[in-house]
Amino acid sequence: MEKFIGKSVKRREDARFLKGAGKYTDDIKLPKMTQSAFVRSPYAHAKILSVDISEAEKAEGVVAVFTAQDGCGEYGVPCGWQVDFKNGETMREPQHPLLAKEKIRHLGEAVAIVIAESLELARDAAELVEVEYEELPAVTDPKKAMEEGAPLVHDQWPDNAAFDWCIGNDRADVEAALATAHHVTEVEYHNQRLAPNAMEPRSYIADYDVNADKWTLYTSTQNPHLIRLLLCAFALGIPEHKVRVVSYDVGGGFGSKIYHYTEEALLTWASKEIGRPIKWTSDRSEAFLTDAHGRDHVVHSRMGFDKDGKIVAHLTDEFCGLGAYLSTFAPAVPTYLHGTLFQGVYTTPLIHLNVTAPFTHTVAVDAYRGAGRPEATYLLERIISKGAQEMNMDPTEIRLKNFIPPFDGVEQPGYQTQVALQYDSGNYHGVLKRGLEMLGYEDFRKEQKEARENGRLLGVGFSTYIEGCGIAPSAVVGALGARAGLYEVGQVRVQPTGKVSVYTGAHSHGQGHETVFAQFVADKLGIPMDDVEIEHGDTEQVAFGMGTYGSRSLAVGGSAIVKSIEKILEKGAKIAAHKLEAAEGDLEYAEGKWTVKGTDKSVSFGDVSLTAYVPHDYPEGLEPGLDFSSFYDPTNFTYPFGTHIAVVEVDPDTGKVDLKRFVACDDVGNVMNPMIVDGQIQGGVAQGVGQALLEEVVYDEGGQMITGSYMDYAMPRADDLPMIETDRTVTPCPHNPLGVKGAGEAGAIGSTPAVVNAVVDALAHLGVTDLQMPLTPQRVWKAMQN
Amino acid sequence: MKITVKVNGVAYTHEVEPRISLTHYLREILDLTGTHIGCDTSGCGACTVTMDGKAVKSCTILAVQADGSDITTIEGMANGNEMHPIQAAFKEHHGLQCGFCTPGMVMTAADILKNNPNPTEEEVRHGLEGNFCRCTGYHNIVKSIRHAAEQINS
Repeated sequence: MEKFIGKSVKRREDARFLKGAGKYTDDIKLPKMTQSAFVRSPYAHAKILSVDISEAEKAEGVVAVFTAQDGCGEYGVPCGWQVDFKNGETMREPQHPLLAKEKIRHLGEAVAIVIAESLELARDAAELVEVEYEELPAVTDPKKAMEEGAPLVHDQWPDNAAFDWCIGNDRADVEAALATAHHVTEVEYHNQRLAPNAMEPRSYIADYDVNADKWTLYTSTQNPHLIRLLLCAFALGIPEHKVRVVSYDVGGGFGSKIYHYTEEALLTWASKEIGRPIKWTSDRSEAFLTDAHGRDHVVHSRMGFDKDGKIVAHLTDEFCGLGAYLSTFAPAVPTYLHGTLFQGVYTTPLIHLNVTAPFTHTVAVDAYRGAGRPEATYLLERIISKGAQEMNMDPTEIRLKNFIPPFDGVEQPGYQTQVALQYDSGNYHGVLKRGLEMLGYEDFRKEQKEARENGRLLGVGFSTYIEGCGIAPSAVVGALGARAGLYEVGQVRVQPTGKVSVYTGAHSHGQGHETVFAQFVADKLGIPMDDVEIEHGDTEQVAFGMGTYGSRSLAVGGSAIVKSIEKILEKGAKIAAHKLEAAEGDLEYAEGKWTVKGTDKSVSFGDVSLTAYVPHDYPEGLEPGLDFSSFYDPTNFTYPFGTHIAVVEVDPDTGKVDLKRFVACDDVGNVMNPMIVDGQIQGGVAQGVGQALLEEVVYDEGGQMITGSYMDYAMPRADDLPMIETDRTVTPCPHNPLGVKGAGEAGAIGSTPAVVNAVVDALAHLGVTDLQMPLTPQRVWKAMQN
Repeated sequence: MKITVKVNGVAYTHEVEPRISLTHYLREILDLTGTHIGCDTSGCGACTVTMDGKAVKSCTILAVQADGSDITTIEGMANGNEMHPIQAAFKEHHGLQCGFCTPGMVMTAADILKNNPNPTEEEVRHGLEGNFCRCTGYHNIVKSIRHAAEQINS
């Protein structure tokens, strides 16, 4: 029987996408479906003095116009994570209304929805809604939001903090170690705000069936069950068993489609009001204004070294913007998904991170590819490289001096960090060594020297990252403030003919689950891959699920499926033993059949499946059927790691950065499909390079967004990037059955500091020690002139 | 206004509002939903189709401007179940992940290869400048298009 694990099996998904036959939410048309348009605030902070919908209601084709006065869910959309203040005060958690009632708190906040027979008519009528505002001063910068006298986002609290938080060793101990350190390196910067920019804009269709008293919500989400839960239990208070949430093909997520958005709940509510289906699809301008953003940390950090370059202490203070309301995962991102990575791959004995997380008059900030870990990695990998530069050390030498020694998590125990977590397994020397070979480091330094002599500016930058994913052990995250479990569900239904349907709570929006999951299911059952079908994305088909984010699909979702396969084989063995008239203990399962050890007597998986459903001659007391569902709750996070190396050339006349090479040696544990893992890394690297060189969401002082289109927000294009050189080492995860760690976010986490370090290296002989992202030609050129 | 357009070899005549885009016409009136809307402002290229043999961003062409023209969309690329060599190369080289930008990428690739049957990596990257992909980092798209060129030329 052909084996599939570890092979670059081509994707099953591709045929439909390549023929234009994908089924994205905006492609769906329902009978009697209406279209909708939102009336959105042109101000970041304003009082709503009046809303006049009378002209809009009279306009051609208008079915209904709703405002906050119409009672569309009093509670609003909920937040899924609670982080309380250090002094014990409960997290400040404002209501996040579906439509703004009295006050506007960010640009683009919705005031009214207009529902009409066509999109054009809905948009025409939306223009006729008259809203009178009184504009108020706004604050968009997280540090300024905490200054005395800053405009308040929510008037009921004395300042803008939603919470503050710290992690690590006692601050006084860390400060004392810094005071006596041989050398202290300091950085101050803004880890800038980014727009995730999945290419498919968010799209929803809500369809209330009056006869059945049931709702169907088609939504471009990464986690349909989570949306159903939040929608039913919180936003609208409607019965969960009467709501079906469907997300077929989703055009990229990168975190931005995890969250329960106000539009989802509002459409669901309004569909019952009008008794017809309603569609809304965001346009790109709305996406910039209303999709949750990422990053936005203002950072001040100091790292102390001894005379040999060993890190002795690391102290950091951050202001992390949350936006106007708390999005679904927002409080977790600058805290538990961030501070817990401050150990990096280094033996730093003393670490302290202090976070102040304020509201600002901006759209919410939540998880964006990497979610807190790119911000942690950027800091660690920048500050250690800066430290090396200041102490005249090679950036690889300082890393090697500080690396945690290799440990496999089996023979050697996991590594207990100073910041709560215990790493599962790691070999940080191995990935650096392989990365340096791929680069040809010694040759590069010679080339760099020669180039400099000829007036060319070449640089190399390193990032030896670690990240935590495969989220997450429910009890652990529960203790940290999560309001949900983070297990995953996998159901394996063997059909009477021995064909297998697998239902997973994970969700694919580009990752290729339909292929990869079928690969390991086929191998574990010893049957052809063609006999396995993977289903996801429909709450009516799949029992339950937590969805896909945090690089968890295979590590958690895959493990749930493995658990169900084990149950299938356990029950199958009982049936096989009965058919073979042998003791269960005498059987072995391989190649799709149970064989009596040492004989040629066997029975196939297909025969056992049929017997399970036609139980005429059957073990006594055993239930018919062959169908198992499992909830897998991981015992730990997983910790992928790697070495990313960027080679850049800076144009001495313009400051433009040319990324010449990008080398990524990653360790994501065992690999199911190398082609797909490479693809994930390449895509992640492109996003990380985007942050380093190109991307930034900019709000002006008044809260207007000045990067609200693709003319102003610089997305990475094909000619901004080189081919990405990838390779791997393999350190299996010791605590899940597939030994996998997750590959979805590693590229975005590791790459950004490598690029910035490379540009600083290219300019180091000119006295440049730091640069603010994104490294626009103007910024780089200016730094060169100083 | 009345327009007559040939799309994927089939002639259509429709009465359309002058303000609707060609994308809207293809998606909403002809039900050809393979052409996607990623930005509606000609920034992202997800809506790329060929019009009289030339790649255009259908979101910034009015349906009425397409009157009398010959349009090919992604749905017109395969010959029944047999994929066009560009489509086949995208599958072979994992040139797509979420699939949303893919129709635009394939149509742009067709245009690149029509004008330059044997492009260098740099020429492919330059040709893709008007098409965003957020998933692949373009690596495998570039590989796919160069591989497709080889297949078409062989």
